[in-house]
Amino acid sequence: MTIMKTLLGATAITAFSALAASAEPGLIIDLGGKFDKSFNESAYNGAQRWMEETGKSYRETELQSEAQREQSMRRMAESGANPVIVLGFANASTLEKVAPDYPEVNFTIVDMVVDQPNVQSVVFKEHEGSFLVGVLAAMASDSGTVSFVGGMDVPLISKFACGYAQGVKAFNPEANVIVNMTGTTPTAWNDPVKGAELTRAQISQGSDVVYAAAGGTGIGVLQAAADEAILSIGVDSNQNYLHPGFVLTSMVKRVDNAVYEAFAAGEDGSFEPGIKVMGLDNNGVGWALDENNAPLITESMKATVEQTRAKIIGGEIAVHDYTTDGTCPAY
Amino acid sequence: MDTMPRWADIALIPLINLALALLVSALVIAAIGENPAEAMGVMIRGAVGSAYGWGYTLYYATNFIFTGLAVAVAFHARLFNIGGEGQAALGGLGVALVCLMVPWPHWSLALPAAVIGGALFGAAWAAIPAWLQAKRGSHIVITTIMFNFIASALLVYLLVNVLKVPGSMAPETARFPEGARLPSAYDWGAWMGFGRSAPLNVAFFVALACCVLVWVLIWKTRLGYEIRAFGQSEPAAKYAGIRPVRIIMITMLVSGALAGLMAVNAVQGEAERLVIDSVQGAGFVGIAVALMGRSHPVGVLLAALLFGALYQGGAELEFEMPAISREMIVVIQALVILFTGALDNMVRGPVEGFFRRLRRGAA
Amino acid sequence: MATVTQTEGRPSAAALSQTAPAIELRGISKAFGAVQANKDISIRVERGTIHGIIGENGAGKSTLMSILYGFYKADAGDILIGGTKTDIPDSQAAIRAGIGMVFQHFKLVENFTVLENVVLGAEEGAFLRPSLAKARRLLVDLAREYELNVDPDAKIEDLGVGMQQRVEILKALYRQADILILDEPTGVLTPSEADHLFRILRGLRDEGKTIILITHKLREIMDVTDNVSVMRRGEMTATVKTAETSPTELAELMVGRKVLLRVDKTPAQPGPVVLKVENLRVTDENGVERLRSINLEVRAGEILGVAGVAGNGQSELLEVLGGITEATGTVTLNGHPLQLSGPESDGRSRRQAGIAHVPEDRHRLGLILDFTAWENTGFGYQDRPDYTNGALMNQHALRTDTEGKMERFDVRPANCWLHAKSFSGGNQQKIVLAREIERNPDLLLVGQPTRGVDIGAIEFIHQRLIELRDAGKAILLVSVELDEIFALSDRIAVIFDGRIMGERTPDQTDETELGMMMAGMDGKAR
Repeated sequence: MTIMKTLLGATAITAFSALAASAEPGLIIDLGGKFDKSFNESAYNGAQRWMEETGKSYRETELQSEAQREQSMRRMAESGANPVIVLGFANASTLEKVAPDYPEVNFTIVDMVVDQPNVQSVVFKEHEGSFLVGVLAAMASDSGTVSFVGGMDVPLISKFACGYAQGVKAFNPEANVIVNMTGTTPTAWNDPVKGAELTRAQISQGSDVVYAAAGGTGIGVLQAAADEAILSIGVDSNQNYLHPGFVLTSMVKRVDNAVYEAFAAGEDGSFEPGIKVMGLDNNGVGWALDENNAPLITESMKATVEQTRAKIIGGEIAVHDYTTDGTCPAY
Repeated sequence: MDTMPRWADIALIPLINLALALLVSALVIAAIGENPAEAMGVMIRGAVGSAYGWGYTLYYATNFIFTGLAVAVAFHARLFNIGGEGQAALGGLGVALVCLMVPWPHWSLALPAAVIGGALFGAAWAAIPAWLQAKRGSHIVITTIMFNFIASALLVYLLVNVLKVPGSMAPETARFPEGARLPSAYDWGAWMGFGRSAPLNVAFFVALACCVLVWVLIWKTRLGYEIRAFGQSEPAAKYAGIRPVRIIMITMLVSGALAGLMAVNAVQGEAERLVIDSVQGAGFVGIAVALMGRSHPVGVLLAALLFGALYQGGAELEFEMPAISREMIVVIQALVILFTGALDNMVRGPVEGFFRRLRRGAA
Repeated sequence: MATVTQTEGRPSAAALSQTAPAIELRGISKAFGAVQANKDISIRVERGTIHGIIGENGAGKSTLMSILYGFYKADAGDILIGGTKTDIPDSQAAIRAGIGMVFQHFKLVENFTVLENVVLGAEEGAFLRPSLAKARRLLVDLAREYELNVDPDAKIEDLGVGMQQRVEILKALYRQADILILDEPTGVLTPSEADHLFRILRGLRDEGKTIILITHKLREIMDVTDNVSVMRRGEMTATVKTAETSPTELAELMVGRKVLLRVDKTPAQPGPVVLKVENLRVTDENGVERLRSINLEVRAGEILGVAGVAGNGQSELLEVLGGITEATGTVTLNGHPLQLSGPESDGRSRRQAGIAHVPEDRHRLGLILDFTAWENTGFGYQDRPDYTNGALMNQHALRTDTEGKMERFDVRPANCWLHAKSFSGGNQQKIVLAREIERNPDLLLVGQPTRGVDIGAIEFIHQRLIELRDAGKAILLVSVELDEIFALSDRIAVIFDGRIMGERTPDQTDETELGMMMAGMDGKAR
């Protein structure tokens, strides 16, 4: 035991003395994988952009299962990474437990609020961005029926769905909005086959524009929409390039900006704990227009959606946030 | 009859198996263009090179001791309990209910209650396959595997629909209240260098106690005698008036209870809440642990330590050498299981031959 | 034209002796370790005859046929098929040489149809259909020719054992067997099924096939065979024409004149009835009746010997009384009825009632080979207060007791830590005997007490059994060794085909009569 003790003591010192010195930022990619072309990839792109611009490096690890969260978070904190960015609401309870053990490390959590002195919580006004793409969907739809495929059935995703439905109804009060969720567990974030099935089912019910807010599952949704020659709307990242001519637009959620800014704040010491809200006003959410979807967006669509955007920022249109009361006025 | 010395059977062969597994792993790592020596170094340092590493290695080992003992006890009655995964998952449910339903004033009261809860739920989950085997002759391998799937589906349902905290989005229970949280290695082992991060907790001592209890059960009690006799020869056991139904039921209940106890470590000790997939394959690792440990508690303990180190070393490898993906680490762990479990006879034959020649040479 | 008519039908005996025999074995020997299963066996089986091979269990019949069918390789000797020396390394070679085998335990696929089973292993080409069509035509032909009627589309599991046996014969014929070997074919058949089988066999013989019939039943030999060979203890003692012999002669050849083992014993002093068995019946999982209404009595202070060829129900008798197999009927011990089914019919209840059991197969039942000697001493008595300490085993008491037993029974080496498998057969048997005899039971069941035991130990074991008898205990002895039966028994019951053929006292009878009774012939009829 004594041998072990001295051995441990010695290595512990060498392992953790580096803590303050290196201070690379760390990013924990959530379930679903780094290249989900959506939420995680957006975060990854933000980290890459920071790396390219500053020429510095960061630490990164990828979660494989629910029960791993704590070890990954602790490992990242122990390795001397600062700040540590965790992605997704599922990390909240773990971070709540881990953050107090590392008071000197700054954490940033995306999509959920964790009330700890060393945690910054970044939340997005997804309902506002979804409202905008809802308006576009209603304008692009011929059938008057549009649809939504969510990932895991949680309030956060209902927030997307509800904002979208409000946008659709705002342009066409008679429109029909079909809402489906992929599943009730985290595997719902990475099930493109099920996503495609749901999309086909919605098409058979008359939908001609489908909005996917489902992480990796959305890949299947967009694929099915392209195969069936209807329009789709991507999420989180700009997914317009995936199926040019079929992806109407993407509700971009600038997780990349959140990560980039958190990394930068760690660098210049401007880290601020508390809640940081990213909405239309500060370009935290928005709709994507590029050469891939330009032919699909008419001038009137563009004008209407920009007008709507201005009205939301100006407070003229109030978009209801599902998570505040668990209800949605649009369905 | 004995063609080789006992030490060769219990120490040499597992070591050769392990060496072969690591050799093949090294070849695989080399094949993807990474430096095997460096990777092995990272794994070893990560597992046993720091208090942080030990904290996790022993934490994982605790899980594997429970599931390994579960498989080992069943082995003695020649029952192949593949259901450790499901039994441990249900044990997690039992532990979570105990911890959440009662406002425990202190962990020393919560721990025995959680032990009972985990053991009861694990045993209950083993009881149905056991009954089907004893009464209907349904093969226990098939039924326990099926019950793993049922357990997984059941837990998803309960976590999503019943146990989830209202308003929370994650399918997990509330965090257990203060009085139900077990002291971690930081609380009682800080002098050994364990930091706050160590998931190692007092459940480790429960696991050690279980090793002793299983040893007493199998080698000292009348029940253990009957279990071993039944495992050696069912007709002979019937001759001796040992009732097969009774032995199958009791053995599987004990086995399921041990698997269920894993939750005391993983659910109560570490996560302090019940999450989806809290078992993380430990039920299956338990099979390899029991095989490698020759179904003896001491062997199970040592094999569990080895697999704990492999798991922690693997996690570290993934962190330190991102080029070696998670899948690669699973490959390495699988190779160890393959060589120590399934391919055991491949090494055994030549080693036995070697000793036979040695003996003939000496004689 | 005249010559053609002459070759039709069965050739005369004179013609037979001139043609080469269907099978000739020359000097076949085969040893398993120290056991010489076949010793320098030579035999000629003439073409177009039914040739019986008779002998006690363990006489070496099955080994010889396994060599012929390529399961074993002979240590020495030659096999000649139709006059040419033939090497038979495996069963495929045997089939190519025209040999077909019908085993005691059928090798059929239960959930396949008759047709599929017949074709199995002899399919031609990659597709099944042509083979099946061909087999169906052949089956119809064979059925017409030999009374081998079987529905080709019936599933095996739906057929009775007699039908299944026909499928085995059809399988062999489909593979164009000229020589058909049947191993104890009537063991599972009813008498009428057996008669039908014999009609089939005669039909096949008349078509020129050669048939080897392995049996221990004299009646069958006398009924159906042309020639008969007798085996005893691995040797071929005689080959005779069936017409020129008698059951008595065959029984003598089969059993042999063995040197009686001398056991000094006084005449028995039988006391009250300890064991009374009435109308005891056992049906096995295949629905075959293994015991058909057994009635017997054993008194205090006497040894009842049950003689018989192995497989005639004596094992079941011991297992029912020992609480391993369930049965119907009435069994009383000292006037108290024993449960024959349900949880109270197990070995534990039997021991509590005062029955001790030295099983026939000590490796399968009597001992746990991987347990130490002291663990085996507690086997069956693991819940007795003198061996336990609450829920724990009282290992100290067990070891002390084992050491005492080893000394009293002269077990060598007298080391209670050795595993049972490390002892010789005789010493293993002594461990079991010590355990059972020293419990001082009212009734001791003993099966094959000296099987695989060296001469010195045999005498010791016999002595102990006599001592127990003289102490006023009842002993039921089952043995296939007639000399052992004679040496120990005060009364002898002969069991054949699940029935008691009759009872004798040793001075009333001799081996020849018992041998005939064991082979199913009424002893008094000679």
